[in-house]
Amino acid sequence: MPPLKELAKRPERLTPGHRLCAGCGAPIAIRLILAAADKPVIAANATGCLEVSTTIFPYTAWNIPWIHSAFENAAATIAGVETMYEAKKKRGEIDEDIYFVAFGGDGGTYDIGLQSLSGAWERGHRFVYVCYNNEAYMNTGIQRSSATPLGAWTTTSPVGKVLPGKTQWRKNLTEIAVAHDIPYVAQSVPSSWRDLTLKAEKAFHTEGPAFLNVLASCNRGWRHLPADTLKVNQLAVDCCIWPLYEVENGEYRLTYKPREKKPVEEWLKVQGRFQHLFSPANRHLIDEFQAYVDREWERLLERCGETKK
Amino acid sequence: MAKVVGFNGNAAVAYAMKQINPDVVAAYPITPQTDCVERFAEYVSEGLVDSEFITVESEHSAMSACIGAAAAGGRVMTATAANGLALMWEMLYIAASMRLPIVMMVANRALSGNINIHCDHSDTMGARDAGWIHLFSENAQEAYDNTIQAIKIAEDLGVRLPVMVTQDGFIISHAVERVEILEDEEVKNFIGAYQACYPLLDLNNPVTYGPIDLFDYYFEHKRSQIEAIDNCLPVIERVGKEFGELSGRNYELLEGYRLEDAEYAVVALGSTCGTAREAIDSLREKGKKVGLLKMRCFRPFPRESVIEALSPVKGVAVLDRSVSFGGFGGPLFTEVRSALYDAPSRPLIINFFYGLGGRDIYPEDIEKALERTEEVVKAGKIEQHIDYLGLRE
Repeated sequence: MPPLKELAKRPERLTPGHRLCAGCGAPIAIRLILAAADKPVIAANATGCLEVSTTIFPYTAWNIPWIHSAFENAAATIAGVETMYEAKKKRGEIDEDIYFVAFGGDGGTYDIGLQSLSGAWERGHRFVYVCYNNEAYMNTGIQRSSATPLGAWTTTSPVGKVLPGKTQWRKNLTEIAVAHDIPYVAQSVPSSWRDLTLKAEKAFHTEGPAFLNVLASCNRGWRHLPADTLKVNQLAVDCCIWPLYEVENGEYRLTYKPREKKPVEEWLKVQGRFQHLFSPANRHLIDEFQAYVDREWERLLERCGETKK
Repeated sequence: MAKVVGFNGNAAVAYAMKQINPDVVAAYPITPQTDCVERFAEYVSEGLVDSEFITVESEHSAMSACIGAAAAGGRVMTATAANGLALMWEMLYIAASMRLPIVMMVANRALSGNINIHCDHSDTMGARDAGWIHLFSENAQEAYDNTIQAIKIAEDLGVRLPVMVTQDGFIISHAVERVEILEDEEVKNFIGAYQACYPLLDLNNPVTYGPIDLFDYYFEHKRSQIEAIDNCLPVIERVGKEFGELSGRNYELLEGYRLEDAEYAVVALGSTCGTAREAIDSLREKGKKVGLLKMRCFRPFPRESVIEALSPVKGVAVLDRSVSFGGFGGPLFTEVRSALYDAPSRPLIINFFYGLGGRDIYPEDIEKALERTEEVVKAGKIEQHIDYLGLRE
């Protein structure tokens, strides 16, 4: 990885002036990822906040070739672009090496776009799929997705007299990606810029599909102050709710181990969407949340060879 | 001397695709189109084409990958049918809105439910407003010829729109017929080299495809799309003529059969036109002045040509192989009837539904339709606008 000074000099591929909210984690993650590309990039985007806020016609914030066609098909769309590139490359009509990347939110990736993504992984296209995961359908106004964690308030899992927010845990999409046996899978977070940059660089250098699952908070949906985005993201890592790890050709590696594993309460209490969990009637949900996190964390440590014998 | 082969409609289109040698084909198998995709896969496997073949996991991804590849700057083709076309629905509109010249064969099949694998036109008729050019084929020969012409039409710089070439599922797609094929070089020269417009792969001129387009611009964009498809008719005519010069088989927007002096006409799409010719010959022998209007180009709808062809007749029977539930008549009927509102003289028009889910239609059914039309004209009024052929009631 080049030093930060060098990375900062790379061209801005997602330019300032886009209309994402102040405090949005997505553009921080996307800019870091794109800065890690040492060669030209072509991007596809699923429908979502990132897409609508960066391309309000007649403006565009993208300094690179970019395509959005629909919600559930960013992977199939970039597969088409990449395949056309391969056709030209084979015929000697294009020399330049190009990276292909697709961006989707958790709704466009965990839910509606999973089939298209699974197909593209199985076919082995050379592309990096980035899920900027803000744990709900934020573009349509904070509805629950299969990435939303237990107990979270959303507008389709509202807190009422009978229901305490979302009643299910979340899908482990990173492990679903690993199960496809693609060459590179990683979880990261924009608060750890170095971790994200290193992983993005590896992803771009992968000959085949690479997947980055990046937790990127939405302060509107998570209910925290805009200035706290990176702090809240980092807390998810330190509470082991969002472990930083990578799986390279099937080999697991934990890329960051918190010195002290903080209780999930630390993360829950800084977000408005979990405030109801702290009422006496709902305390048991915090215990359940902790149990889910512990189980996943232990399993991950084992897979990464980090378990103390 | 043209080379003659025995091909079913699927084989004819697969062979046309081989000769076109597109950059990218992304397709998913569905009856009755499967045979076409299988044959194309064989061409890929045997190294007979340079095309990249993306074996997608659904038709939605087929059209999405086609959109990606076409936007990247490639000549792109696919094929589907029925529910597969329905799964693409969303992407059909987007392909047309992005002005991507994708060519797709559709083996017409009934759109569920209940599930049925045989021919009717409910699949492509549902997609008639998606912004695609829509060419019907009467037989395997026309499916082959239309596929080659579709490339040239779609890619014309005055058009740049996707084209769907249909053939009746099983009736054409699976029946082996005599097909005259062109030499590879002839096809190559006819379609010419592909000229990409605003390709994503042009790194020096980065473009944004598919931005969010709100109330301040969307309407103007749709207006220009309306104009784009309306302007296609002369191109389709010109390409049909050029193809005639090459092959000896001339193509027009629509085709009349014994229509010059006809008093009663039947209007139909696809393979039924062949059946209608039989019926017309038989009625002509009995001294009836009857004719056929075959609609080849359904989108854009050639309104003026329809007026010219049908205005002189006294009565018209429009045959619809799909239903617009709750509408006044089938899709072909409503279009034809609407066009004739402005005709200098307006024939009486009745609508016959037939052939849903692959129900056969016989020459006698069409004779019956024409006889009914004559009765209506003689009575001077229509008591029943909509009727059925070959239905048990």
